[in-house]
Amino acid sequence: MFYREAGQFKSTYAADMAVFPIRQDRIGLAIILLIAFIGIPLIGNDFFITSVMIPFLVFSLAAIGLNILTGYTGLISLGTAAFMGVGAYACYKLTTAFPGVNIIVLILVSGLFSAAIGVLFGLPSLRIKGFYLAVATLAAQFFLQWAFVRVPWLFNYNASGAIEVPQRLLFGIPVTGASASPETRYFVCLCLVIVMTWFASNLVHGKIGRSWMAVRDMDIAAELMGIKLLNAKLLAFAVSSFYAGVAGAMMIFLWYGGGEAADVFNIRLSFNILFMVIIGGLGSLIGSFFGAAFIASLPTIMKFGLPALGVPMSGATAEHVTFMLVGALIIIFLIVEPHGLARLWQIGKQKLRTWPFPY
Amino acid sequence: MSDVAARPAPNLLANPWIKAGLIVAGLIAAAMLGARLDGSGTLYKIFIDPFDQMAAAPDLLAQTIWEGLVSGVLYALIALGFVLIFKASGVFNFAQGIMVVFAALTLVGLHEKGVPAWLAVILTLGVMFLLAVAIERVVLRPLVNQPDIILFMATFGITYFLIGFGESVFGGSPKQMIADQLYLPKGAIDLKILGGLVSLQKIDIAAAIIASVMIAVLALFFQYTRIGRALRAVADSHKAALSVGISLNQIWVIVWFTAGIVALITGIMWGARSDVSFALEIVALKALPVLILGGFTSIPGAIIGGLIIGIGEKIGEFYWGPLIGGGIESWLAYFIALGFLLFRPQGLFGDKIIERI
Repeated sequence: MFYREAGQFKSTYAADMAVFPIRQDRIGLAIILLIAFIGIPLIGNDFFITSVMIPFLVFSLAAIGLNILTGYTGLISLGTAAFMGVGAYACYKLTTAFPGVNIIVLILVSGLFSAAIGVLFGLPSLRIKGFYLAVATLAAQFFLQWAFVRVPWLFNYNASGAIEVPQRLLFGIPVTGASASPETRYFVCLCLVIVMTWFASNLVHGKIGRSWMAVRDMDIAAELMGIKLLNAKLLAFAVSSFYAGVAGAMMIFLWYGGGEAADVFNIRLSFNILFMVIIGGLGSLIGSFFGAAFIASLPTIMKFGLPALGVPMSGATAEHVTFMLVGALIIIFLIVEPHGLARLWQIGKQKLRTWPFPY
Repeated sequence: MSDVAARPAPNLLANPWIKAGLIVAGLIAAAMLGARLDGSGTLYKIFIDPFDQMAAAPDLLAQTIWEGLVSGVLYALIALGFVLIFKASGVFNFAQGIMVVFAALTLVGLHEKGVPAWLAVILTLGVMFLLAVAIERVVLRPLVNQPDIILFMATFGITYFLIGFGESVFGGSPKQMIADQLYLPKGAIDLKILGGLVSLQKIDIAAAIIASVMIAVLALFFQYTRIGRALRAVADSHKAALSVGISLNQIWVIVWFTAGIVALITGIMWGARSDVSFALEIVALKALPVLILGGFTSIPGAIIGGLIIGIGEKIGEFYWGPLIGGGIESWLAYFIALGFLLFRPQGLFGDKIIERI
């Protein structure tokens, strides 16, 4: 009743190729953006913004990055966290070397360093496939993680071995460092995520995205059709690592604040991002957001939600039960809907389209 | 007779072994030459000094190789569990590492509750059987025919569940393996060879012997029993196996139970060397390079891969690690495996990957 495209005619090719061809979708998107830009800063308190919204945005960006590699190009990677780490450390090196340059520019540029490293570790993908490749990307994970601790040049020979986030201004307002307010950091994250999602959406709907999907469905067939596997696979690694790198830089500079940098980019983070992609839906941008929301908010919900409901739990027990529940939920989700939350969303939209007279 | 002379000489370079040998020989020659000419001594430290050390102290080299051998056996045992499951069901079982920890924790936990050691072993085997049945019923059966990556993710789910379950039942603190009660030997044998002392831990010798025996038993089981034949049939083709009346569900339970037994033995051995805790989980990831080195479908591959990785990383850490800051053990195994993989994408012993359009 409310979600019908009847009567919406497309009179130009541009309208036919639009990402959101249905008017209700565009309205929905506008409402979501309004809530994100105005509603959440007005309603949410600092705790909600720093420990729910910012992690959600950072993980969404990382999940989009991995989705480009795994969901669109079909190359499994278990090294996402390491590429995020490259972004974070590159950003730190850049901002200490060029303190005058705008921090947003540096966050984006540090993604390029991550992309270069990603291409380097993506080279084996030309020769090996599937799970063999997944294990090969673990080489990147462990090597880079080792480098973050053992190569003192990366943290400017600090005695503590940690990187610290300096204060940087944008239009005279502190964006990073201890004095930046949660709202400012949230807005910066939000703008970056929106711009990069828009960019990713154009990428995957265009020629490049189609060549990636052809490689995913069968790389030999794609090669016979004239797609250069070398270019397509390495470009996927580069773009994916770029997104991961920007997400990593955002994670340290806009969320954590540097102290944990040495051990936050561990293999468990890589797995978590892979979960987000799988549970959200392989090959779906909106699925990356769903997956990130689900996995990122689950520990918080378990930690604060259950005691609020009157289920008494100590910290350690809650942690164990969280592990069990996450494991069980992953299995249940895979059984109920192997194509992820994005497919559930599709089904829901289809139901809504025929509601209330589904015949 | 004239055509003999006209026949071209065989092209020696066409043989990959000769080609690889020539490349390696050229590299070594270039490195040695460079090391002699290099002023700063960096190349000397990389290419000459470690070998000098090896030649100067052969007892240290023997000790390092022995330690590599032992950790290689343990990696191989974990990889063996992976291979069993991958062969029979095509599932890349990420949970194998955690099954090792879970089995060891169950054993120790039961013994702490006052169960005699050997009864605890039997009970733990029962638990592993229940686990196999549960995994088959709850996870594998509903997910049959799904893409590989979905099943892979499901084993992640199992991993998380087992971590949470194990920690909430047995607690997260490290535990001592009940090595004495299981009559595992203690102490070390000191051998006087090569002009020095080489000390061999008795538990390591026991681990090597038990691993060999277990591999032999598994090989016999696969080769000569009815179930073993059925397992091999399933590994070859699910559909063909179904069509001659082999129950896939039964086979899966058996395979996961076998992997559970392997996990328990690995857990006992490993627990006896250090302690039993979930920190082993990260070490269990070391079995993955072993797997890709040996090939996912080959039991001998798992063993030989384990030994190559174990020895390679110990020697690399001991002789080359100090040059770049140490601790390279955490990633060296993956690079060794990657190096092999670039020449054989299916691993040393894996089935050749044939792709059709």
